[in-house]
Formats: sequence, C-alpha cells, structure tokens
Amino acid sequence: MKTYTNTGNKDTRSGFGAGLTELGKSNENVVALCADLTGSLKMDDFKANHPERFFQIGIAEANMIGIAAGMTIGGKIPFTGTFANFSTGRVYDQIRQSVAYSGKNVKICASHAGVTLGEDGATHQILEDIGLMKMLPGMTVINTCDYNQTKAATLAIAEHEGPVYLRFGRPKVANFTPENGEFKIGKAVKLTEGTDVTIVATGHLVWEALEAAISLNENGISAEVINIHTIKPLDEKAILDSVSKTKCIVTAEEHNYLGGLGESVARVLSTKQPTPQEFVATQDTFGESGTPAQLMDKYGLNAAAVENAVKTVMKRK
Amino acid sequence: MPDIQELKDLTTQVRRDILRMVHKVNSGHPGGSLGCAEFFVSLYQEIMETKDGFDMNGKGEDLFFLSNGHISPVYYSVLARSGFFPIEELNTFRLINSRLQGHPTTHEGLPGIRIASGSLGQGMSVAIGAAETKKLNNDDHIIYSLHGDGELQEGQNWEAIMYASGNNIDNLISTIDVNGQQIDGSTKTVLPLGDLSAKFEAFGWSVVTIENGNDIESILKGMTKAKSLTGNNKPVCVLLQTVMGNGVDFMMHTHAWHGKAPNDEQLAEGLSQNPETLGDY
Repeated sequence: MKTYTNTGNKDTRSGFGAGLTELGKSNENVVALCADLTGSLKMDDFKANHPERFFQIGIAEANMIGIAAGMTIGGKIPFTGTFANFSTGRVYDQIRQSVAYSGKNVKICASHAGVTLGEDGATHQILEDIGLMKMLPGMTVINTCDYNQTKAATLAIAEHEGPVYLRFGRPKVANFTPENGEFKIGKAVKLTEGTDVTIVATGHLVWEALEAAISLNENGISAEVINIHTIKPLDEKAILDSVSKTKCIVTAEEHNYLGGLGESVARVLSTKQPTPQEFVATQDTFGESGTPAQLMDKYGLNAAAVENAVKTVMKRK
Repeated sequence: MPDIQELKDLTTQVRRDILRMVHKVNSGHPGGSLGCAEFFVSLYQEIMETKDGFDMNGKGEDLFFLSNGHISPVYYSVLARSGFFPIEELNTFRLINSRLQGHPTTHEGLPGIRIASGSLGQGMSVAIGAAETKKLNNDDHIIYSLHGDGELQEGQNWEAIMYASGNNIDNLISTIDVNGQQIDGSTKTVLPLGDLSAKFEAFGWSVVTIENGNDIESILKGMTKAKSLTGNNKPVCVLLQTVMGNGVDFMMHTHAWHGKAPNDEQLAEGLSQNPETLGDY
C-alpha cells in the first residue's frame, strides 16, 4: 500500500498564517481581521507586512463578522481570524444574516477547533462548528489535515467567490501532504487504494486514518483512505465510487457525530447506496482539559479508534 | 435650494404607499416606517450622492445601510420612487416569489439593497466595514446608516460604536430613529436607553440632534451639519427625534402600530389624511 512520510510536525494554524502571508503579496484585495488573537492565528506576518490591510477588532467577534461583511462591498476579500468557538457559535446569527443570507465573500478562518486545543478545556473546544456552518445555505465548509494543506486551502478560498468556513487547529501534527500542492475545493483526495473498507477522514483524523490503514494492512485488511477536506460541498462521487468496491465505510472527524462529516456521508449513502457505516467522532459530549494526545485517546479520536471501527463495520457487511 | 413642497408631496405619497403595502398583505410595520418617511425622502432626494443604476460595490457614491430592517415599507417605497426599481413592484410586498421580502435582503437581487437586515443590531458593523473599504479604495464618499432606538439594546451596537471612534471612522453618519417606542411599549418602560447624546459623546462620536425629525427642513439642516462634521477623525451620530406613525393621527404616539396593519376602514381614514400627490402605484 502507498505510505506517506511525515516531514516534521507542524501546526495547521501556521499553514493558515503562511497562506495569508502569501495572499498579502499576491492579492491586494485580501484584508485580515482579528479579534485579539493575532499570535494564536499566526496573522503576525500579514499584520507586519500590510498594516493598512490588517484590522484589529478587539474582543468583539460579532462586530468583526459584520465589519467583514461590509468590507466586501467595494471589493475587499476579508479573512476573519479567531478560535473556532468564537468564529461560529458565538456569532451564528451575524454569519447567518450578514454573511450567508447576504451572500458576502467573507472567509471565516477558525483555529483551535476540536478537543486538540487541549488544556483550556471545554469552554474553548468546539465540537459543533462543522454542523453549525454546514447548515447555512451557500456556506462552503473546509477542514484541513496538515500544515501544507491548510496553506493551500487558504490560497484557494481567496479565489472562490462566496462565504467559506475554514477550520484548522492548534497542535503540531504530522505534515505529509505535498508542499505547494493543488487544493480543489469540493474534491476529495484518495490517499490509499483499498478493497475491504473505505475510511473517509477530515482534519486531524486523516493522519490517524493513515496510521490505522498501515496497522490494518499488516493484519490483512485493505483500507481505502480518503481525505475529505471539503465537507460542503461533499464529493459524493468519490465516496460512492469507493463504497461500491469496499461495501463498508468508517467516517472519522474531530467533531460531534451529530452534525459532522459522518452525518453528511450517511445522508449520501442512505439515499444513493445504503452501506454499513461506523462513526469515529465524539459522542454528543463536551471536551475537557488535558493534552491533545490524552484527549484524542479518551474521546476515541485516534488510529486505534479508527481500527476498532473498521473491525466493527466489516462484520456488518 | 431643494423644493420643499416637492419633497413634502413625495413624503405624502410614500405614506400612502406604506399604508397600502401593509394593508394589502395584512402584515408589516407601518409605525416606524411612517416615522421615518421624511428622513428617507430627504436622504435619497437631497442628502446622498448616488450614481445612476445600481451595483453592489457602490464605488464613487454614498451608500446607505438600514439596520432596523422591519421598516422595509418606507425603504422600498423611497427606493422605488427614487428610480431603483419600478413602483408597480411595491404591489408584491411580502408576497411569495417577491423581491420585496418582509425584511430587506440582497438574496433576491433587489436594486438598492446591499445587506440583509431584520435581525437587529448588525447594521452598524456592516456600515463600518463599508466605510473601511471606502478608505482603502481612496473613495471619499460617505456611509449612512439608520438604526432604531430600541435596537441599541442589542450589544453588538456598542462593540461597533466603540470600534468606530477608536479607529477614526469619520466617513460614517449613523442615524438613530429616536421615537421612544418598541414592540412591548415605550423604551423607557422596556429598557431605558438613558442619555443617548451623552453616551455617543462619551464613546467619542460627534452628535447632531434633530429635534423635529418629521420636518424636512430640520432634517436637511441637521444632515447638512452632520456631513460637515465628517472627515474630522470622528464618526457622526444623528439623533433623529421622530413620532412613530407620523402623518396618520390614530397611529401616532403609540407602539400599537409597530407591527400591525390597518383594516379597510383604517386604511381609508389614513389615506384620506394623505391625499394622493404623485399617483399611487
């Protein structure tokens, strides 16, 4: 089976920062807004290089979303930056009315998503944001898996006309996708070819799925791993093509099983090609304090959890 | 010099439009709409510099954002009668498949509208964003916005008010419709707003008060003053003191007509107090 090399752990938020730095040079319409988390969002370079296009909003996320919506009128492409929790749940109605319903070209860039935010605990760890954002008509929802892909996605969404939710995280994780690789919104990436089970994963769970696939392979199970970086619009064809071969599927995400990638996949399968599915996701719970690795383990979000889910789902074929 | 009688005639016709629109569909918000008829007429006929035609980006012209979207009847009437879309379309207000939704939206592509509003408290932030973009584009035109006084109970406004002065947004004139009424009663009984002039000044804004916000000459004078205060490192607030339901005697000085349509007899009475001037739609 095809394997991937970790070129060194890096945080996905730094991929966002690197992408934004590049956009600062390449696209004069890109503006950046931040609600008092410039360092955490890795927006310092953009701020230093383009102070006239950087807007420090203060601790006022609702105002930030509204200002971003207004800035599109006259042709700017605003990128807002704060934690995922404050990017979505806190400002849902502002996004709904001023951005999504108004069809504004705002890029909502959200770091520290999921439990891997770590020690700050549940007040800051959102596991509901994919659901909140994917329910908004017209919203594109992207959850990237590593540094390189986050950088590529940041560049790609600037070229996309319409509102986008870009979700990434805090911890340093494996960086294994190609440097300066192409990012096509809505196009899944098949990472391994397999015949026994399909594993579709998003965000930090993609690397875990690859690790699980290696272990499964050693046990004679051939897993097809697909990186679904775009949850909406979902690459339905990639999923259907794969399950038509493997006849079972595991979805894996750092998110509540309610409202996440797994439910989007289940909708496609139940209406087009009913297929046994297992969910690797949090089980309708809040997170808590701990290290990212401890939390991934406790909440069943790692390679071991993916492997167990594969074994369960294969019995249901 | 503007022809005041012409503006008054237009205002009377706008009042008729408002009454007829909400009566037809037995829904909508006549009270606040009537209270702001003179303001909208003055703004679109005399105060704002707008280009012919409509494009979303609005470069090289003044822009207006309505934050309290429920007063859509007055907005639609004045937009139509200022040439943004055919006045016959006022017939479709709140009907299925209409561009004239209950609350204004860009979703249906109605010319003149640049943001959806209705869920309160969001318009000032949007206006500030548009003002920031004007500055980035070296476009020296002005951003206007309108907000209800009760709407200031929404906290997002105060985030925006703090931001605007802290960042010298001096190409913004935000007008507050101070009619002292909201759905559940007077603002004093629901949640007192206190001294709005002192509050805006404390937040670093220039404040202009228009004591008779239903008198066109007072509005023109006050808004001209407000314009003269732009470009001075401070955002400008206009406190526009209006009477809800103005021009229809039984709708005045009460919150009862905030979101209630007149019946057939009430419509006839309201129209008789506002004889046709420019022709009904």
